[in-house]
Amino acid sequence: MKINKILLMGNPNVGKSVIFSRFTGAKVIISNYPGTTVEFTQGQIKIGEERPIVIDVPGTYTLEPTSKAEEVAVQVLKEGDLVINIVDATNLERNLYLTLQLLEKDKPVIVALNMWDDTKHRGINIDIKKLEKRLGVPVVPTCGLTGEGIKKLIDRLPEAKTPKLQISSDNQRWELIGKIVGEVQKLSHRHHTLLEGLEDVSIKPLTGLPLALAVIYSSFWVIRFIGENLIGYVFGPIFEKLWLPLMMRTSIVLGEGGFLHNIIIGNLIEGKIDFVQSFGLLTTGLFVSAAMVLPYIISFYLVLGLLEDFGYLPRLAVLVDNFMHHLGLHGYAIIPLILGLGCNVPGALCMRILEEKREKFIAATLMAIAVPCMAQIAMIIGLLGPRGGKYVAVVFFTLFLLLVTKGVILNKLLKGESPEILIEIPPYRSPQVKAVMKKLWMRVSGFLREALPLVLLGVLFANILHTLKIIDFLGNLFAPILTGLWGIPQEAIPALLVGFFRKDVAVGMLGPLNLTTKQLIISSTILAVYFPCIATFAVLIRELGIKDMLKMTLIMVTVALSLGSILNFIL
Amino acid sequence: MVIDVTQMKPNESGTIIEIRGGLGLMRKLQSMGIRPGKKVVKVSSHFWRGPQTVEIDNRQIAVGFGMAKKIFIEVISGVEAV
Repeated sequence: MKINKILLMGNPNVGKSVIFSRFTGAKVIISNYPGTTVEFTQGQIKIGEERPIVIDVPGTYTLEPTSKAEEVAVQVLKEGDLVINIVDATNLERNLYLTLQLLEKDKPVIVALNMWDDTKHRGINIDIKKLEKRLGVPVVPTCGLTGEGIKKLIDRLPEAKTPKLQISSDNQRWELIGKIVGEVQKLSHRHHTLLEGLEDVSIKPLTGLPLALAVIYSSFWVIRFIGENLIGYVFGPIFEKLWLPLMMRTSIVLGEGGFLHNIIIGNLIEGKIDFVQSFGLLTTGLFVSAAMVLPYIISFYLVLGLLEDFGYLPRLAVLVDNFMHHLGLHGYAIIPLILGLGCNVPGALCMRILEEKREKFIAATLMAIAVPCMAQIAMIIGLLGPRGGKYVAVVFFTLFLLLVTKGVILNKLLKGESPEILIEIPPYRSPQVKAVMKKLWMRVSGFLREALPLVLLGVLFANILHTLKIIDFLGNLFAPILTGLWGIPQEAIPALLVGFFRKDVAVGMLGPLNLTTKQLIISSTILAVYFPCIATFAVLIRELGIKDMLKMTLIMVTVALSLGSILNFIL
Repeated sequence: MVIDVTQMKPNESGTIIEIRGGLGLMRKLQSMGIRPGKKVVKVSSHFWRGPQTVEIDNRQIAVGFGMAKKIFIEVISGVEAV
C-alpha cells in the first residue's frame, strides 16, 4: 500500500514534536510541558522516492475521547495511513495504554521508544526484542534530542504491522499491559539525583512558593539586565554611531524637508534626527523595532525558553492553582498568560490547552486586556523609564490589579465553576544549548518577519494620518473622552488608531507629544487595555467565535473608559 | 486503613483501591495512570484545598482537591523516614 499520510501519535510531552522536526526539518516549538503542540503541524518527509505527509498530532492519553483535543486526535487517526506511536521509554506502562488502543485499530503501527537515553540513568532496563514480540510491531529506541535512532525508525517504517488486537474492556487492556511490562522491563535501584531533589523542593508549598517568587523575580531581573545591556552596548551604539550619520546624509540629500523626507526621515528636531521623535520609516520605524523592542524580545524569549525546556512551568501552574481559582481559572491557565507576555498571538493559540469554554473566555479576556506583550512592555520602559522607574511600576501594577479584579468579577458573573487541575508534571531536564538557541532564533526571526513590516507600515500610516485632515476631525470627535475623561490631549488620537495594529509603534507615537508623566502613564495604560492588536483579535475570533468576541470587546471599551477616568482622577 | 488522597501525608505511600466518580473521571484518571492497584506516594498538598501532587511510577501528577477526594488509598507503611 502506498503511504501518503504518516501520523505521529503519543501521550503529551513524550517528544513527538522533536521527532517531527527531525523528520521534516520543519521548525516547530518544542518545550518540556504537556500541551506545547496545540495545532496540527504538517510537513513532508523524504523516504526514497516518496514524500509522504507527516502530521504532528497533539498529545493524547487515550482514544476514548475525554476532552476536545482527544476527540480531534481520534478524527485525524481515521485519515492516516500509518501511525508512528511515540512512547516515553521512562514511563512505559502508562504509555502502552494508548499503544494497545492503536494496535486494536485497522492501521499499521510502528513504535518509537523515545527518551531512550534517559532510561539508563533512571535505572530502567527494557528488553526491546521481547517488547517487539509481545506487541507484534517494530519497536525502535530513539532519542529525539540527539537524533539517535531516527534513521533506523525511518528505515523500518515499511515493516509497520496491523495486529488488530481483540480487546474487549479496559480491565483486559490494563491486565495485558501489566503482563507485558512485567516481562520486558527491569528496574534497578538507584539514588535520587540532584535534579529530582530539586523537583520535590519546587512542588512542596513551603519551599516551592518562595522558590517560585525567586524564579519570577530573577527572571524579570535577567530579562531587564540582558535587554538593557543589549540596548546600551549593542543596538544603541550601532544606531548612534553608524546609522545616524548615514541618515543625516540621507536627510541632506532629500533636502531636509518635504513629503518624501518626512516619510523616510521624519521631522528634524532642532535640526537633528531624533530616533524617538522624528518618526520617519528609516529613523523611528527601524529604531523602535531594532533598538527598543528587539533587545527585550531576545532576552524574554531566552529566559522563557530556558524555563520551558527545564520543565518549570507546570510546577508554577500547580503552585498558582489556588490563586487562579479565584479568577475562574485553574493553574494551567498561567501558561497561555505567560506566553502572552511575549506576544499575545501564541498566547491566544495556547488557550486550547484549557478545556472548557468558560475558562477559555476568561483567560482570553484577561490576556487581551491586562497582559501587555513584550513589544509594548519594552516601549513603555523605553518611554516612561527615563522619567523614573516608579512610573513604569505604576503602569504594570495597575495592569496586574486590573487582571485580578477582572478575573474575580468574571468568575462571579459567569455561570459555572472553574474546573480542577489535572496535569502530569514532567521531570526536570537540563536545557540543551543548541535546542534553546534554535527555539530563540525561531521566535526572534518570527518577530522580525511578522512584526517589522507591520511596525514600518504603522509608522507610514501614522505619517499619512498626520498629513490628512481626518485626524483633526476624529480628534475633535473624541475630545470629550480623551481630554474630558482621561486628561490626555486630543493629539493622542493617532496613537490610539495605530494601536489597533501595533502596540509598539502606538506607544512610540506618544513620544513626540510632549506629554506630562501623568498623561504618559494614562495613555500607555489605555493603549494596553482598550484592544489587543488586530492579529491577536483575529486569532481569538477563530478560537472563541464572534459572539464571545463581541462580549469581550464590550468589556474592553468599558474597562478603557473607566480605568482611564479612575487613573486621571487619582494620579 | 483506607483514606482518600487528600488525607495522605507527604511521603506516605499506599495502593489505590477505588475511584469513586463518574465514568468520565475514571477514564481520565486511568489513562494518566491513576487506577486501582497502583502504588502511589504522596508528594505534597497545597494550602487551602489546593492541588495534591502524587507520584506514580516515578512520575508526578497534580490532581485538583475535589478529584483527589474521590481517590481512595489503602495506606501501606505510614510515614516513611525521610
